[in-house]
Amino acid sequence: MVTEQDVTNAVVELLRKTVVRLPQDVEDALRKAYASETDEVPKMQLKAIVDNIDMAIKGNTPMCQDTGVTIFYAALPKDCKVDVGKGIVEGVRKATKEVPLRPNAVHPVTRKNPGDNVGEKMPYINWRIHDKDYIEITVMTKGAGSENMSQLAMLTPSQGLKGIKEFVLNAVLRAGSNPCPPTILGVGIGGSSDIAMKLAKEALLRPINERHKDPEMAKLETELLEAINMLGIGPMGLGGKTTCLGLNIEYAYCHTASLPVGLNVQCWAGRRGTVRIHPDGKLAYPTHER
Amino acid sequence: MPKRIKTPISEADARALKVGETIYVDGIVLTGRDEVHIHALEYLEKGKQIPVEFKGAALFHCGPIMKKVGEKWVAVAAGPTTSSRMNSLEPGFIEKFRPGAIIGKGGMSQPTVDAMKEFGCVYLAFTGGAAVLAAKGIKSVEGVEWFELGMPEAIWILNCDNFGPLTVAIDAHGNSLFADVNVKVKENEKKARARLGLS
Repeated sequence: MVTEQDVTNAVVELLRKTVVRLPQDVEDALRKAYASETDEVPKMQLKAIVDNIDMAIKGNTPMCQDTGVTIFYAALPKDCKVDVGKGIVEGVRKATKEVPLRPNAVHPVTRKNPGDNVGEKMPYINWRIHDKDYIEITVMTKGAGSENMSQLAMLTPSQGLKGIKEFVLNAVLRAGSNPCPPTILGVGIGGSSDIAMKLAKEALLRPINERHKDPEMAKLETELLEAINMLGIGPMGLGGKTTCLGLNIEYAYCHTASLPVGLNVQCWAGRRGTVRIHPDGKLAYPTHER
Repeated sequence: MPKRIKTPISEADARALKVGETIYVDGIVLTGRDEVHIHALEYLEKGKQIPVEFKGAALFHCGPIMKKVGEKWVAVAAGPTTSSRMNSLEPGFIEKFRPGAIIGKGGMSQPTVDAMKEFGCVYLAFTGGAAVLAAKGIKSVEGVEWFELGMPEAIWILNCDNFGPLTVAIDAHGNSLFADVNVKVKENEKKARARLGLS
């Protein structure tokens, strides 16, 4: 039987893998961008990024010092008896010491840092029940430089599709060099204010080389990405062809009088990882098997 | 061969650097981000002793991951943080403390560009997120001050060798690569809007 300790150990390993190595789709996109830049300055920025990816893997070291705050998505089998939440919290505490992760989580007002990335509602866990027999835990280690550029717009329905495009383009222009471009953008359309932001973040869980299954949304993803890459902000905002590596949209139906749009900005280090804990205790890391 | 520059950086050293150049830094580099700026300016105002010398320093906008191995600290990952968070504090900091270089990512706003021109300081851009590459240029951690601010916010005294590559993105003559890029982006925005069918 799977125990809380098993969850903790799986989470420590998951966090290690996640902060050390990027998912294949993101790594591929960065190498492709490096090959495509011709000017000296953007080429050098992407070379530093690609070299850094290789060095992090070789040394089993976090690729970026900002190991973020830990946002979890947990899917449990219907008959789950183990306290997965407790296991995750302990896993974060242990990984902070062992990987190590930077102690980033602080009290929002006093700014006091407990030193272990654990505090009120942090790690933050999104829960769901699925019809599988295994526990699936996904983590995003979200750095602040990019997260700070995220935005919500409560548009009016009359602003429509143009309003959505306008909002995303302006947010990218306003973010400029700050979120460590080339970025990955998650756009959440519809729902309500909180749902749009939640969808924007969840959009970042999909590989960037997969388009939305709804052709209209897929078209919008491609169109926005192409337009953003015409801006010439470039890697680290120093100019160049690659401003955005990928853009994913998720949507939900919304009130007839609303059009909420959320944008979640992710730096080039689009770190996400998943572990599956099977009933026999076997572990699989689908994002990190290659 | 890219230029190498040794800290402390004199005003003349800083003024000799040109925007767009690639350089590497040798010697002591001090980390300092939000809290260090706030504390240093507060200490100065109250006449309290500041534990490090900022004059001629290379101040690195960085909150590293450090690991204690025996009695010594080792830099695990030490890339730059977003410099624009220090936009409101940096001009005052440059005026009062006269650092020779600020190392960070993302650039800084016009008042900092102006302060750099007036007092002889440069902004060196290091690739954001390239934290393992940065740690490679840190030979040893000489010490830590204001550790009570927390690991990311403390002043880490780093002994560096060939730290870089760094791009001179704001020089001491009022030039800024970021400002140049912004002009082009403004121009490109028209094409992007046309692609999206926006007027």
